[in-house]
Amino acid sequence: MHEITTTRNNHLIDPSLEIWGWEIPVYLFLGGMVAGMMIITGYFLFKQRQTEETCSCRYVPWVSLVLLSLGMFALFLDLEHKLFTWRLYTTFQVTSPMSWGAWILIIVYPAILVTILITPPKWLVEKFPVVKKYSEWLNERKIWIKNIGVANMILGAMLGMYTGILLSSLGARPLWNTSILWLLFLVSGLSGAAAFVHMVAKNVYERELLAKADNGFLTFELFVIALMIIGLLTSTQVHQEAAMLILTGPYAATFWVFVVGIGIIIPLIIQLMAVNHKVNHTPWAPIMVIVGGLILRFVIVEAGQVSSWF
Amino acid sequence: MARYGMAIDTKLCVGCMDCVVACKTENNVPEGYNRDWITEEAFGKFPNINLEIRSERCNHCENAPCVSSCPTGASHYHDIGGVVLVEYNECIGCKACIASCPYDARFIHPDGYADKCTFCIHRVEEGKDPACVSVCPTNCMIFGDLDDPNSEISKQLNSRKHHSLKPVAGTNPKIFYLT
Repeated sequence: MHEITTTRNNHLIDPSLEIWGWEIPVYLFLGGMVAGMMIITGYFLFKQRQTEETCSCRYVPWVSLVLLSLGMFALFLDLEHKLFTWRLYTTFQVTSPMSWGAWILIIVYPAILVTILITPPKWLVEKFPVVKKYSEWLNERKIWIKNIGVANMILGAMLGMYTGILLSSLGARPLWNTSILWLLFLVSGLSGAAAFVHMVAKNVYERELLAKADNGFLTFELFVIALMIIGLLTSTQVHQEAAMLILTGPYAATFWVFVVGIGIIIPLIIQLMAVNHKVNHTPWAPIMVIVGGLILRFVIVEAGQVSSWF
Repeated sequence: MARYGMAIDTKLCVGCMDCVVACKTENNVPEGYNRDWITEEAFGKFPNINLEIRSERCNHCENAPCVSSCPTGASHYHDIGGVVLVEYNECIGCKACIASCPYDARFIHPDGYADKCTFCIHRVEEGKDPACVSVCPTNCMIFGDLDDPNSEISKQLNSRKHHSLKPVAGTNPKIFYLT
């Protein structure tokens, strides 16, 4: 026998960690979506597609702006000492991924705003005539637009990666403590963003391209999930037990049905048929991908808190 | 430069919880929370059963993940003895330190900041022992400088078998259990 009893019963700590509720998974999901949208928008800008009237790079940055703000609001709601939030920006802690994230978010905002400035909507130009002046100045310099595209891709990648590194650096929670988590969250963010743009795209080229890209991301995501599980199962006992939480344990049904089944495999089959012109493009597949991405964050955050070093 | 640590004699600890009460009183720990607690670990097969009673708290690790994960620097190593402390006015309550601690030694104080054992640094600076150590009726707890070869804690650790908690987590805890 081996029995441990304790008199400790701290709120949100015992019997297992429950410090992060819905706010953090929602923030990680929205951060991942914005990361993917920035990479896609950056690619289109790099390809100089902003001159196309129907290019998604004209309206997706607005969606990014709204989602990022919502995500940061969720993050703010999670903070317990809200009046001291400004402390994040009086220092840079090189060993803390959260500090990196706080500063990355500060850089991401102007990048999105500059992207909006390339092709500002009419109402914005009418309200603020100066916007037109800057927009024209930018559009006269194609290389700047290409560089803004590259900046979007780099910052988007940093944002998507950081959301995974944030959790994987917390070594006390074995499920998170896998160095491949950044790749899972990045590719999941990319697949969610590709699904979204595929769903709202106003031209056939982008719809077809993003459906194909999404199929690639979803296939890659399956491999990353498999690698993560193999990595955990071949590590220490606590890592093996952590893997079992999503393989056969209390989070297994949600993980396999909603994340892998509805979130990846079913939409992948539908979209493979769509790009091969066997069925028409449907919004259902992208919706399933996006919901699957959200549930992935919930499963990882909640199961990770349950996993521990004995 | 001192390096403060604690040794707890599991052969003497009876789990009376005086240390728990002393800590709550000394540090005004709010109701429903504990900075220290008693753990009983039973192992073996009847009739050969072993029971280890431990008074546990923050391990004031030398490689503290709570310090490295803190985004504001609120969690830090104190100049005196390398004690791990939280600067309450710098803490944003993000809970990264709580998630990073393999001992689950931290909690969020009802006022919003991360809280935990301080080794009663305010007492130590006055030359006193931490409150838990000072009230222990069996004198099972020894607080002192791990770098001083003549300190009681160094002598005990040099002469007695001991272990720390979850050493494989790689945090270099500074609380030791004499067995």
